[in-house]
Amino acid sequence: MHNFEFVKPSSIAEAAKALSSDGAQALSGGQTLLPTMKQRLAAPEVLVSLTGISEMQGVCMGDGGLHVGAATPHAVVARDAAAHYPALASLAGGIGDPAVRNRGTIGGSVANNDPAACYPSAVLASGATVVTNTRKIAADDYFQGLFTTALEEGEFITSVIFPVPQKAAYVKFNQPASRFALTGVFVAKYADGVRVAVTGASNEGVFRWTEAETALAADFSPSVLSGLTVDAGNLISDLHGTAAYRANLVKVLTGRAVTSAR
Amino acid sequence: MPKDTGIGASSKRREDIRFLTGKGLYTDDLSLHAQAHAVMVRSNVAHGRIVSIDTATAAGMPGVLAVFTGEDFAAVGGNPAGWLINSRDGTPMREPKRPVLAHGKVRHVGDAYAAVIAETYQQAKDAAEQLAADTEIEELPAIVDMKAALADAGNRVHDEIPDNLCFDWGWIEDNRAAVDAAMKAAPHVVTLELTNNRLVPNAMEPRASIGEYNTGTGDYKLTTTSQNPHLTRLLIAAFVMGIPENKLTVVAPDVGGGFGSKIYHYGEEALVLAAAKKLGRPVRWTAERTESFLSDAHGRDHVTRIELGCTKDGEILAIRTETHANVGAYLSNFSTATPTFLHGTLMAGPYKVPHVYVNVKAVFTNTAPVDAYRGAGRPEATYSLERVIDKMCRELGLDPFEVRRKNLLTPDQFPYTTPVGLVYDTGNYQATLDKAVDLGDVAGFDARVVESKARGKLRGMGLSTWIEACGIAPSNLVGILGSRVGLYDAATVRVNATGNISVMVGAHSHGQGHETVFAQIVADRLGIPESSVEIVHGDTSKIPFGMGSYGSRSLAVCGSAMNKAVDKIVAKGKKIAAHMLEASEDDITFDDGKFSVAGTDKAKTFGEIAFSAYVPHNYPLETLEPGLEETAFYDPGNFTYPAGAYICEVEVDPDTGKVDVVRFTAADDFGNVMNPMIVEGQVHGGVGQGIGQALCENTSYDENGQLLTGSFMDYAMPRADDVPFYTVDHSCSTPCTHNPLGVKGCGEAGAIGTPPAVVNAVLDALHRGGISHVSHIDMPVSPGRVWQAING
Amino acid sequence: MTKVTMTVNGKSVSAETEGRTLLVQYLREGLGLTGTHVGCDTSQCGACVVHVDGKAVKSCTVFAADLQGADVRTIEGMANADGSLGVVQQAFQDHHGLQCGFCTPGMVMASAALLAENPKPTEAEVRHYLEGNICRCTGYHNIVKAVLAASGQDMPAVAAE
Repeated sequence: MHNFEFVKPSSIAEAAKALSSDGAQALSGGQTLLPTMKQRLAAPEVLVSLTGISEMQGVCMGDGGLHVGAATPHAVVARDAAAHYPALASLAGGIGDPAVRNRGTIGGSVANNDPAACYPSAVLASGATVVTNTRKIAADDYFQGLFTTALEEGEFITSVIFPVPQKAAYVKFNQPASRFALTGVFVAKYADGVRVAVTGASNEGVFRWTEAETALAADFSPSVLSGLTVDAGNLISDLHGTAAYRANLVKVLTGRAVTSAR
Repeated sequence: MPKDTGIGASSKRREDIRFLTGKGLYTDDLSLHAQAHAVMVRSNVAHGRIVSIDTATAAGMPGVLAVFTGEDFAAVGGNPAGWLINSRDGTPMREPKRPVLAHGKVRHVGDAYAAVIAETYQQAKDAAEQLAADTEIEELPAIVDMKAALADAGNRVHDEIPDNLCFDWGWIEDNRAAVDAAMKAAPHVVTLELTNNRLVPNAMEPRASIGEYNTGTGDYKLTTTSQNPHLTRLLIAAFVMGIPENKLTVVAPDVGGGFGSKIYHYGEEALVLAAAKKLGRPVRWTAERTESFLSDAHGRDHVTRIELGCTKDGEILAIRTETHANVGAYLSNFSTATPTFLHGTLMAGPYKVPHVYVNVKAVFTNTAPVDAYRGAGRPEATYSLERVIDKMCRELGLDPFEVRRKNLLTPDQFPYTTPVGLVYDTGNYQATLDKAVDLGDVAGFDARVVESKARGKLRGMGLSTWIEACGIAPSNLVGILGSRVGLYDAATVRVNATGNISVMVGAHSHGQGHETVFAQIVADRLGIPESSVEIVHGDTSKIPFGMGSYGSRSLAVCGSAMNKAVDKIVAKGKKIAAHMLEASEDDITFDDGKFSVAGTDKAKTFGEIAFSAYVPHNYPLETLEPGLEETAFYDPGNFTYPAGAYICEVEVDPDTGKVDVVRFTAADDFGNVMNPMIVEGQVHGGVGQGIGQALCENTSYDENGQLLTGSFMDYAMPRADDVPFYTVDHSCSTPCTHNPLGVKGCGEAGAIGTPPAVVNAVLDALHRGGISHVSHIDMPVSPGRVWQAING
Repeated sequence: MTKVTMTVNGKSVSAETEGRTLLVQYLREGLGLTGTHVGCDTSQCGACVVHVDGKAVKSCTVFAADLQGADVRTIEGMANADGSLGVVQQAFQDHHGLQCGFCTPGMVMASAALLAENPKPTEAEVRHYLEGNICRCTGYHNIVKAVLAASGQDMPAVAAE
């Protein structure tokens, strides 16, 4: 990979300053960015590690729900969110593999917005708030397509706030090689409705399956899905599954998420 | 009682200590003074004419020491194919030159056309990137599909080969008419078209090579990730570089798996030697995994139409196949033997089939070279055969177990000459089938189907009864058939003066545990502790000329050579003992490490004899040379024929198409077993790879010849959670009749017998689940394909 | 260049590294600890797994410069003080949990991390935990068996054969 200057600030303010320079790139756990840099597909001049910022670490209940520091590794979310938001903890515990979970962070995943990443589905299905160094962004406004988000140049996520649902579950069907989500569905039932977010399936990244949300709001039971169809028109077709197959997975996995929600 | 030492004992592996403590020394672990780093520049198009390469900028970049292009190797030789195949019409195969670096044209994505040598790896990488930018390649249409390649005479992988056909081979051509007639007369004919999916071997250690050149002596040394250092030396010396064989040492140190992919000589090995000579410094190269995907020899990639003629009650009358075998862009060393003599000769399986004819068309394409991968031709034959038999059972409503029993050769029929040219020496196929039925609890299967159904899963069971031919031989026969190498092996047993032993063997261990097993055999034969025997392998300056390890040959061939050398040691020891004990040589016996005079208590220990051989004070010098060291070469009289019966149970999730292997039973006949623990480990590994081929592994090129599965992100390797514990058994042993240890080889078995058992199980699950319209699903039987088949 | 100081196998080490120097490069080339292997370039294979502050980490996917003050343990640091094999290492030898040995350092480190987190894992938990470590030789049978044995548990009947 190309060389770069490595800096590791210890506060959000320092990080913001470091990231304001040209050619600077934020580094969180690096579990996606490093392989990309090895392929020379990314070549920052300055790499700003966010893992040394203590105010971006940890999981706790607070205003608006569960606050997860952006630099919190998946393994810590899997452990520390379990009592508060088991579906989120379970999702975090299923990302990648244990070594990836010890380094990879929620902030990195949500900022990168890989169309096959797990976390975006939880953020969107929970109607979470993405907190950055400059503002708060509602999940519905945050995700803007493949690897595209509302984040602006130099802006970085500091935490994500998850309203805790009455019941929720995430069900993932692995792409057999990468173990990313070939399709993953996060279903969250709140007092005022149900949100269903799908990752891995669409050419436009994570999306809400609103027909299912409406049906499940009326009756939170997998049987209500039987009459629904998933439009395969904009779903991904690749080596690992056709659009029709992914459409089927969306429906099957949504049903399984409803069944296993707790 | 299982033995705790020597032949038949599950001795723990001595090599494990260094591997478990981080002290193994693989090629990339070596660091040499003043070493320079090579980076290959590889084509990013599948097919193109090299218009120009401007090396000037790259050559002037920081740290760059040298730049090589195909031009630099235009005058030296090419990397040859090791087996000449003649087409049905008698014409020899087309054999294009395979240069060290591509020259004139690039022929697959990853084809290296230049190399940069620099002080550091990063500098070489930077300059290689520059060189690629400074190269103009006129892209030509890619030739990817085999049948299209044959049909399009205008578009050629090699300009001199008009129809991209390497050869059109018939086996046995003289039998063709009789087979056609038998097929025509058969009461029922089953036809199946199938693909044997292309695989990337993916040994966990990527290929790596270090070249050294001593400017004072003119000696070259190549340290490389090889399964057979002598073959590599021979190819480089005699064909590619013209280096005198005695000026080149090839060392294959610890090697992290091969599975066939490291049998062959690759251009990078010649490149680092040439670079080392030019610079007078060691030059190293290590593949990134992405390079491995692009440039290692791939495996399989057959498209086959198989027809099976039979009676209505399942007696097989005739088998006829037509296969298109992809050889890729160049002929890798064993690429022509694999789809022919390692495939066609196995097409009768373990069955008494009167008529068999095999046709194989080998085709050049703009893809990476294809060669032997664990099993090599035999998995392709077994898969075709076991799948078509399964289809026959379904079409005729017959029980797959009964049909196998009806057609399997019986023990009284050996030796048995097949209609495809082999002579099976021994076997008991009913015994392994019975054993698999027992261990696999076939009787309890119906209850398990019900239990799976209660969880929403479709359960199925698949069977394969398979045979393979290992330890390819004998050399004089394979020479007639076109082999360009001998297929013997060699060992030197050196008894040191203090009585311990160094054994130099031609086989190479890259996971098989030779250092342990070979020592067990020698220790057992000589009645000394295993710890007194050291096995030396992998260094052409130390070992006799051997052919390395592939094709499950190490024990059957090299082990036999070693055993023969031990015979010579014992014979000489008896002569020495006779002198020392003042007895007739005929009266000397050797047991448990002692030379004794029969019927007396007069004896000398092995150690005493060894000492006497090197300090020959009381020694018959007038009739016997001092020293105790013997070399033997062994050229087998026949192949060995391991065989077995595999039963796989799967659960299919009908909603997602996902297949889980939930039970797997392998009952094998490997002849005598030297170390059960290691044999079982070999089967586990082969079964794991077989499940990988059946369910998840696939190498996919798009229509432009771009590799879509170029990393572990898209090429699905089986992981720990994709497989169950396996039940393996090797108790049904019929020892090989023609080698001294009675061994048959076990390395490839799992990869051969497993894929059809898995696929047959998936089809069985679907049929039991009422999904009767699906007659075949090509491997890998991925969730998407199963779902499509169910809903198609 | 960044100066970084860390503890590796109990010894304090210090170096000036480029930003792009990966931990695995620092271990192999800087410290000569070649037991940690590189098997891929996409963070999939796990041959490079080491412990950082007690947790399994892919050393090919972390920069050395990011580990100021970290406590790193590699396969070279897994044996007992007297040089004999540690519990996990010994179980791998006893149960033939390795063949070519290339993935083995990562497997041992991942397995040790699992047992530290979960001293009595089920077979399924072992398999799930090791999903980020690819082995091409063993079909995983004897690896899983070795980890279960290292945990001191009884073996499932099918594995005990």
